[in-house]
Amino acid sequence: MGARRGASGLIYEVFRQERRGQPFEHAGSVEAPDADFAEAWAREQYGRRGESVALWLVPRDAIRDVEDWADEFDLKYRRVDGYSIKARLKEARERAGAAGDR
Amino acid sequence: MNEQALLGIADDELIVGWRDSEWTGIAPMLEEDVAFSSIAQNEIGHARAVYSLLSEDPDALAFDRTPEEYRSAPLVELRLLDWAHTIARRWLYEVADEIRLTALKDDPDPAVAGLAGKIDREEAYHRMHAEMWHDRLHDEPRFQTAVEELWPYALGVLPAEARGELVERVGLTEVEAVERGKHTDALAPLWEEMTMVRRSAPAGAQW
Repeated sequence: MGARRGASGLIYEVFRQERRGQPFEHAGSVEAPDADFAEAWAREQYGRRGESVALWLVPRDAIRDVEDWADEFDLKYRRVDGYSIKARLKEARERAGAAGDR
Repeated sequence: MNEQALLGIADDELIVGWRDSEWTGIAPMLEEDVAFSSIAQNEIGHARAVYSLLSEDPDALAFDRTPEEYRSAPLVELRLLDWAHTIARRWLYEVADEIRLTALKDDPDPAVAGLAGKIDREEAYHRMHAEMWHDRLHDEPRFQTAVEELWPYALGVLPAEARGELVERVGLTEVEAVERGKHTDALAPLWEEMTMVRRSAPAGAQW
């Protein structure tokens, strides 16, 4: 795990929303001694140019990292890349085309 | 509110913005550097808005007067070289400015009252910033000393009749104020720097 506490305090990950209704996306982080400082500093760094309508501040410690999945038996049918849809699509189009001709 | 009083507010905002912007690039933390610089810029923006209310040519009002003609309070003129004093001034100034703006929002002139409301919405964030620093530093002896040193100057930001609330909010006893009208020695060198580009520009230069 990376450093969670910097020279002057905690690290907060900042997520910003560009327009109402849009998802929050990770913007970066701020290092601050507490949540109030983090808010003030994040407002400036991620909002002063009107680039955000809202921010989420999350202490890095609150984030649970999940990054590996065991896939020992190659269950590729579970994955989005499991099937090649390209060939099937081509086939289906040909069928549909042939049906249209009839 | 009379023009001289409004000019005093505009001059305070211009000078405090200028002074605070001296920390750009050298504030104690990078994040604070960005925040502090942004607040300084906002203050200069407020000065511009008030000058525009008083004159067709806000730049002329901001930069073409002699140092003696400024109406700024001595508090904002001081060149403060340490962070404790800088934050102490920021906090004292914001408390005084809030008292002043609250009164100004009830000004009989709707243009003045409207502008005061607009400025106050931005100042709300400045106050949050100043309070957060105050909460953190108020027990620190260096900060307390700075507040005490600047206290007579802070009183001078407000007219005598408005000082009671400042006394109450800051929690110090009222002392003799360093009044507006007489400038500190710090203003003239600041004025030199602040007006240098404008004074050296050829007549008719467009910005």
